[in-house]
Parts: sequence; C-alpha cells; structure tokens
Amino acid sequence: MKPLSKTIENLKPSGIRKFFDLASTMDNVISFGVGEPDFDTPWHICENAVYSMSEGKTHYTANRGLLELRKLIAEFHRIRYDQHYNPENEILVTVGGSEAIDLAMRAMINPGDEVITMDPNYVAYTPAIEMAGGIPVIIPLEEKSEFKLTPEALKNAITDKTKAILINFPSNPTGGVMTYEDYEKLVPIIEESGIYVVSDEIYAELTFDGEFASLAQFPSIRDQIVVINGFSKAFAMTGWRLGYVMSNPNLSAAMTKIHQYIIMSAPTPAQYAALEAMTDGLSDVSHMRNEYMNRRNLLVSRLNRMGLKTNMPHGTFYVFPNISQTGLTSEEFCNRLVEEQRVACVPGTAFGEKGEGFMRMSYACSMDNIIEGCDRIEAFLASLEQKQEENPSNRS
Amino acid sequence: MNTNILLELLENNARLTTQDLADILHEDEALIKSEIQQLEKEKIICGYHTVINYNKALKNEKVMAFIEVDCTPQRHKGYDKTAMKIANYPEIDTMYLLSGDCDFLCLVQGKTMFEVARFVSDKIACVEDVRATKTLFVLKQYKQNGIVMKDEEDVESTRLVVTP
Repeated sequence: MKPLSKTIENLKPSGIRKFFDLASTMDNVISFGVGEPDFDTPWHICENAVYSMSEGKTHYTANRGLLELRKLIAEFHRIRYDQHYNPENEILVTVGGSEAIDLAMRAMINPGDEVITMDPNYVAYTPAIEMAGGIPVIIPLEEKSEFKLTPEALKNAITDKTKAILINFPSNPTGGVMTYEDYEKLVPIIEESGIYVVSDEIYAELTFDGEFASLAQFPSIRDQIVVINGFSKAFAMTGWRLGYVMSNPNLSAAMTKIHQYIIMSAPTPAQYAALEAMTDGLSDVSHMRNEYMNRRNLLVSRLNRMGLKTNMPHGTFYVFPNISQTGLTSEEFCNRLVEEQRVACVPGTAFGEKGEGFMRMSYACSMDNIIEGCDRIEAFLASLEQKQEENPSNRS
Repeated sequence: MNTNILLELLENNARLTTQDLADILHEDEALIKSEIQQLEKEKIICGYHTVINYNKALKNEKVMAFIEVDCTPQRHKGYDKTAMKIANYPEIDTMYLLSGDCDFLCLVQGKTMFEVARFVSDKIACVEDVRATKTLFVLKQYKQNGIVMKDEEDVESTRLVVTP
C-alpha cells in the first residue's frame, strides 16, 4: 500500500488518548478527566432546536451561518466584552471552536511560518499548526507566574518568521487567566511585530473573581486579533458542535472560503439552538458559573489541605495541582491513582512537557463526586507515604 | 459570610458537612457551625429532608392528594387562625394561601384513598369557617423540589471518562 501523509504520520498521538484507554476499562471510576460541562444543555435551548426541525428548518444556511445568529453574537460580544465585529463580514459560524482553530491556521500559514503557542496547552493547538504546514514555537508557562503569558517570554519567542501566536485564556488545562492589565503589557510587542493573535476564548464566560479581558479590546491591534469562541462550554452545548470566529474582513473572507469547501455551513438545528441560547440563556450560564465556583472552592481547599499545592484558578472548570512532591511523575501518579483508587485525572504531560509534575482535574462533575474523589486521593497519598516509610530508600 | 449561598447549598444538598461548606465558602468551620445553629434557631432552616420518588417506593402504601379549601376569613384575623387549625394536623404535609378560586391548597399524604377522603370529610371540612373542600388525588409525580422523578434506574452515563 502507498504510504500515508507524512505530516499526519509525524503528528504525536494525543496523551489523553492513552489515558482514556486505561481509565475506560475500569468500573466505579470517579472521573476528574472530563473536559466538558456535566450539565445537560438547558431544556429551552434543546426545545428550540426541536421546534425548528418540526418547522422544516433543516436545510443549509448561509456559509457564514444564520445572519440572525451572527447579529446576536455581535451584540453579545459588544455588550459583554467590548469586542466589536460586523455580523455581515467579520463573523463566521463554525463546527465548534475546533474548526475555527483549524481555519485560522490554514488561512494564515505559509509553509515554514512559525506559530507561537504555550506549554502546557490544549492538546489540539500544536497539531493544528503542524497540519497547516506551520512550525510550532513553544513558550513555557510557569506556575510561579500563575501560568500567564509574560511580555518577556513573548518578545523572546518572536522571530522574522513568526506569523501568529495562538493563546487560550482562561486556559485549559491550567485555569490561568490574563487580566486587562496583563494584556496591556503585550500590546506594544504585538503591534510592533505585526503578528496575528489567535485567541481561543471558549472559556470566557467561565471567568471567576473578575472581568474577562481580551486582546480584541485594544483598538490599536484589533485587526491583528482573531477571536474564537463558541457555545460548548458556556451553555453546556459540547455535542451540538457550534462555535464561531471573529476577525478582520480580509481574514474572515479567507476562512469562509475554506469553510464553504469543507463544511458548507454549520448544522442548522444547532444554529437554532444557539439562537435561543443567545436570546434567553444567560441566566443558565450564570447559574452554572456559580455552581462551578462553589465546586472549585471545595476542590482547591481540599487539595491544598491534603498537601497537593494548587493555585486558585480564576477561570475554566480545571485545576492544575502540583504533585511533584510525591516523587512520582505525572503519568505514574495518574496511572497509579486510577489503578489503586479508581480516580481519573489527566497527567499534566498530556498538555506538554511543562505539564510534568502536575495533573489536570476537571470539576465539571457533581459535588458528591468531588467529595468522594478527594477522599480517595487522600487515601492514595496516605498509602504512598506508608510505602515510603516502609521503604525509605525509595524516597526521592 | 454569605448566608444566602449557605442556604442554597444546604437546600440542594443537606448532606454537605460543615467542613465542606467551610471549604466552599472560604470560611472557618466553627463559624459555619454557629451560623447554621443560628439559622435553625431563627426557624429559617426548618428541617432537612430527603426527596423520595414515591412512584417507586411504598407505591401501594402511600397516596397523596391536593385539597383545595375555601373558607371565610375572620375579622382582624384574616385567614391565619383557620389556617393554623388545618396546618396543625400531621396529615397535612404542605399548605399555602393562594389567590384565585380557592383559599388554601394543602398537600395531604395517607395510606389509602379512603383514609385521605375520610380525613378531609371528618376533619378539614368540619373546621370552623371552612365552606368547601375539593380533593384532587395525585396519580403520578413527575417532579419534586426541582428534581425530575425518573422511572428507570440511572443508565451508565454516556459521557466519556476522559476528554481533552
């Protein structure tokens, strides 16, 4: 048989996949491994999709998505985030934020272009850059600076070949956020270098303890910014696969060109569900946000009390505890935790080398699961300590 | 301390320990304990209940009925005096004063339809100032305290165990 694509064969397999294969064979697992809301999509949103289908709205929509929906998206971002995009030619509705990431990369990268991204980061970014023919350049994020992107790190990473930087705040997996003041320091560097910033803001609505900030709020670099967002995390609509991308008209047209050839238009019932979400779903979001905050507080307090140092994350539904003092690697820790106590957490290394010494825990699960899961982790830590006492030479 | 959040947490899950509540609210556990004691004393927290699906449990031993009660309000006392005469019966589970066609709506629980019917005719209908009653038996319960009652057992969740 003829060989397959070299680019695809050279892509690293997802570190999450390996762990999924291990955890999914077991029973009675408490999972902190799920990167999606545990809430079901609010009923009125589902109902609007069902109604739209019964009304015969089952055809293609415009390539960019329903204009009515794009208008609501524009309005939402104007009022809530001070981001200003024209629904006619600057917004494109996509099949999840994932398609938007792919479109942005394909629309801007020429072979050999460098695209900066972070470590640890969401598992799909580096492959998206590589599949589009770009060269990923990694900025390591540090626990001591709360996993933020610093101006020094950005400046050092930019070369003549840099086309773009791909960022994600609030961040999966660290829960780190960037404030307006944090971003302000990056603006002159971005302006001077002329690079694009692809900003995956899918967790924007899940920002706690402060206001969400975005580079698209700075008028001087507004045309360099590509904002990616969607309905999955905020409205608990992961399975509907609906996102959108907002950018200057030129880039938006290029992305729409790709989208019309590979997708045509995002699923129509999902777009009608999204219409309802944008019109009447904000109270659902606020309810879910409060619930996530309560769970976060419980989980972070318990982890720190049991000796796993954990930063208080200010967004997403992830915490990123430091497990290095146990002397185990992330993978050993998570493998043994699921084997011995049936608790699934994702090793930090699934998100990049800098994730070593950490694990990602999602608190998109019930309060009862968090309590039971923490009890089991405590038991696991106690058993580690006991083994070390019995066998002190193993202490590292 | 945010008392409203404390109440909301307990209303949704009364099994949370004071330590859990302290973690969630970033407060001292002792403070949570004293706050709860105070709320109990002030009768803001009136009890801790379990939501039971009686479609499934005790289904041949328990019937529920809503009783609409019309009554004549009393000068200076309004409805409250009559209401207390009715509410004090242990058979009355829940009771409200309503606007509209009837005055009180009472939820009554009994072992048999006959037992409930007799309670209404012998006790409620005979309370002074009660003019009329109407008994509506519950055939099936679909939702209680925000919880949808499901007939089938929880099927294994269809969510994946680990996702990016």
